[in-house]
Amino acid sequence: MNADTLYQEIGLLTPEIILAGGAMALLMFGVFFTSDRASKLVYIASVLLLVVAGFASLFWTGEGGTAFSGAFIFDDLAKFAKIAVCLTAAMALILAMPYLEAEKLMKIEFPILALLAATGMTVMVSANDLISMYMGIELSALALYVLAAFNRDSLRASEAGLKYFVLGALSSGLLLYGSSLVYGFTGATGFEQIAAAVDGGTNVGLTFGLVFVICGLAFKVSAAPFHMWTPDVYEGAPTPVTAFFATAPKFAAIVLMARVLMEPFGAVVDDWRDVIWIIAVLSMGVGAFGALTQENIKRLLAYSSIGNMGYALVAIAAASQTGLWALLVFMALYMIGVVGAFGAVLSMRTREGMVENISDLAGLAQRSPGLGWSITALMFSIGGLPFMVGFFGKFFVIYAAVQADLIILSVLAVLFSVVSAAYYLRVVKVIWFDSSDIEFVPSSMSVYWVTRVAGLATVLLLPVLGWLVFRAYSVGLATL
Amino acid sequence: MIAEIPSFLSILTFLPTVGALVIAIMRFTARPEDQAKIGENSRGVALLTTVVALGLAIWMMVEFDPSVAGFQMVHEVTWLEQIGLGYRMGVDGISVLLVLLTAFLMPICILASGSIKTRVADYMIAFLLLETLMIGVFTALDLVLFYIFFEGGLIPMFIIIGVWGGQNRVYAAFKFFLYTLLGSVLMLVAMIFMFLEAGTTDITVLLQTEFAREAQTWLWLAFFASFAVKMPMWPVHTWLPDAHVQAPTAGSVILAGVLLKMGGYGFMRFSLPMFPNASDYFAPMVFVLSIIAIIYTSLVAFRQTDIKKLIAYSSVAHMGFVTMGLFTMNDVGVQGALYQMISHGVISGALFLLVGVIYDRMHTREIAFYGGLVHRMPVYAAIFALFAMANVGLPGTSGFVGEIMTMVGAFQAGWWVATGAAVGVILSAMYMLTVYRNVVFGEITNPKLETITDVDAKEFGMLAVLAVSTIVLGVFSTLITDVTAASVENLIANYNAAIAAAAQ
Repeated sequence: MNADTLYQEIGLLTPEIILAGGAMALLMFGVFFTSDRASKLVYIASVLLLVVAGFASLFWTGEGGTAFSGAFIFDDLAKFAKIAVCLTAAMALILAMPYLEAEKLMKIEFPILALLAATGMTVMVSANDLISMYMGIELSALALYVLAAFNRDSLRASEAGLKYFVLGALSSGLLLYGSSLVYGFTGATGFEQIAAAVDGGTNVGLTFGLVFVICGLAFKVSAAPFHMWTPDVYEGAPTPVTAFFATAPKFAAIVLMARVLMEPFGAVVDDWRDVIWIIAVLSMGVGAFGALTQENIKRLLAYSSIGNMGYALVAIAAASQTGLWALLVFMALYMIGVVGAFGAVLSMRTREGMVENISDLAGLAQRSPGLGWSITALMFSIGGLPFMVGFFGKFFVIYAAVQADLIILSVLAVLFSVVSAAYYLRVVKVIWFDSSDIEFVPSSMSVYWVTRVAGLATVLLLPVLGWLVFRAYSVGLATL
Repeated sequence: MIAEIPSFLSILTFLPTVGALVIAIMRFTARPEDQAKIGENSRGVALLTTVVALGLAIWMMVEFDPSVAGFQMVHEVTWLEQIGLGYRMGVDGISVLLVLLTAFLMPICILASGSIKTRVADYMIAFLLLETLMIGVFTALDLVLFYIFFEGGLIPMFIIIGVWGGQNRVYAAFKFFLYTLLGSVLMLVAMIFMFLEAGTTDITVLLQTEFAREAQTWLWLAFFASFAVKMPMWPVHTWLPDAHVQAPTAGSVILAGVLLKMGGYGFMRFSLPMFPNASDYFAPMVFVLSIIAIIYTSLVAFRQTDIKKLIAYSSVAHMGFVTMGLFTMNDVGVQGALYQMISHGVISGALFLLVGVIYDRMHTREIAFYGGLVHRMPVYAAIFALFAMANVGLPGTSGFVGEIMTMVGAFQAGWWVATGAAVGVILSAMYMLTVYRNVVFGEITNPKLETITDVDAKEFGMLAVLAVSTIVLGVFSTLITDVTAASVENLIANYNAAIAAAAQ
């Protein structure tokens, strides 16, 4: 390897280097300057770093390619995912800031851990080898475990962190075991080599390993039946952390899952499609029925995310170019809804402190019309009802599934969407039909604007939706 | 003239949205103490918007060329063209009158909302958005666009029923939303299947596309699930009485006047022309369901104690005539079905307004509460008489034309179909005359009615417009049939050609 190739390969890692280098520099800075103003500075710098990393990926004009003997890949899919991961992580940090200040949690570790988690996610979406895949997952997961328990004085947060850690470790174990089987039966860890090895067909051992890999990844995207941690962690973790969990890590994990299944195992789609089929149906079912009786809005959003991951898996089950770009469109539009929804949850602050019950939203359409209308639009968008943009996410997912002849899966998907519409409607009902005398204190500027802009975007994005779809479309065509 | 404005239909469709935005901006920028004033101003904005939309709709009608069977005033914008989706608008003889009907009923609805005193601005925004979505359903020439308008209409209606509805409004709103959504999502899968088969969602292209026989059956059933619920046909009509009873007066008018017509329109736009073989195959089933709807719901209507519920069930029965007429697939039957849709839009709208008039005064819809209204409200009694007769289908009113045409059409499809429908006409006379006698005639036995006042000028104006329309349409039936003739003939010719091709 000469200096030129090394330089070229390092260039592919620009976003990761920005994030990792920035995180370490900020850590040093934060350790030496401990004042409140310094930690705030670290926080703002972290947001900026994420934005810069996102734009670095966006304006990357090079050819892309692989680095480190094929362990790391920077292609259109990775580029798309990195932009989304960095920007949603930045949004989550922007949302978190006022909360952390109010709850006296403004410590430098929070943004730095978030940066490290984001670094792990960017590695995940660029993973082209079982080892770099595991490395990316663990880097992000370890940072997220700590974040979940970040409010260490809170019993629930500690419980959430511990629960997340134990179950996450279990899933990592499954993933490693599966990876070792795959390695054992193909003799390779690189995705291209695995693809070449499985091209001639699989055997029981390889399928066994593949199923374990799928299970491990399903934990990370919180798909049923590996979803148990999600409601508890969502509820227990501080709300901004939950907002962070619900956005960027989900995007990274689902993209990684799509890549693992469609690239190295693309030739043996029949071996894994049924597994994904079942996981998708279970997730949609658990998401739809589990959320119906929830009283806590964070738990509701947890089940909603389980359900929506089910739809994402439907796109993966399609196992086609269409499936891939539909997945990206779906996830990107879903992210808008989730960021806005958590902005709304963070706006639910009364004089006594944060409230989290759905019933606390009662009469919001009158008390605070802007917030009420925004949540209404966001709920309909996450639920995939027309004429919100979220509808098009689900539409293209079903489109991919029908194209792949998965008619029963698509019929089940739309039927579950009716069930889930019931609980999104319940939130809307509480906002519009009920009345109460709870008064929210005005939310801070950042939360206010993120919620309003996301709410408006669910409708105003419609005319320019073609641009996003076209971006995803070309990614889908270029990747597979 | 309109030919020079290619986006005319889009302007018509989205004009109410602009009105809604104006109100929304007023609402969100006003100080809290001005909110009451904003509410009152929003009435004016909404009325102005709907009247301008009506003007545009009338202009569209004037410029519409009834001799052309195809789509007119087509407006296309590229949107997601890589995958085949597009934004396309256009009207033909089937849809143009429904656009006019929608635009015609909206100003009346806004005027009829005088009794809405709370959150007026939100109410007007919801109604104006609803108008955009309703007109959009009839003007959309793209499958996905159609679906967006079709489903999107649920959201404002959900809010209208849920916020300004009666006692049991939450239940009714949920039932309305989930019931209709469940029907529609299956149609979405079918639409995606068609999209993949044809490679485009352009309705004009899809009308020329032949779908395989077996696929047609499944597609037809999926579309049927949606339109039958929307129509509503027996046995999936149960959401309608709940929704009607709980909805505010204007909501009921729109629900009966326009939303129910979307099902019939859907059959004419999709099921019949795109899946002719399946339609032919399932026609007897539709006839049976229609006759059950006509007879059964008429009997149910007879036993109602709530006037609004009675009219709701009567709507289901009248929609039975529409489905029956549509599936006869002969000229007179299909034209009659369209006629019945327009006529029912006017008559049921008027009947719900009439109920609203006494409900606003007495706050009850119990039939037993009333009696002897003719003594206190002679004008009201006269107008009610006219619309009761129109609902029964008395000659000289538009109700008669629609019913007789669908029955003539049905007779050609099978004598038993027409016989069943004829029984329904008798039953409709039975329940309508009974309720009329109980509410209007007799002595005033309820002391609370001693002070009830007759219709005021505004109510009289709204009802008079509808009354004149009913009579004019009842006498000059060519006003409608001339517009629909070319498109319907074209529809039937294509249908018969497809059936003949399949028979070979």
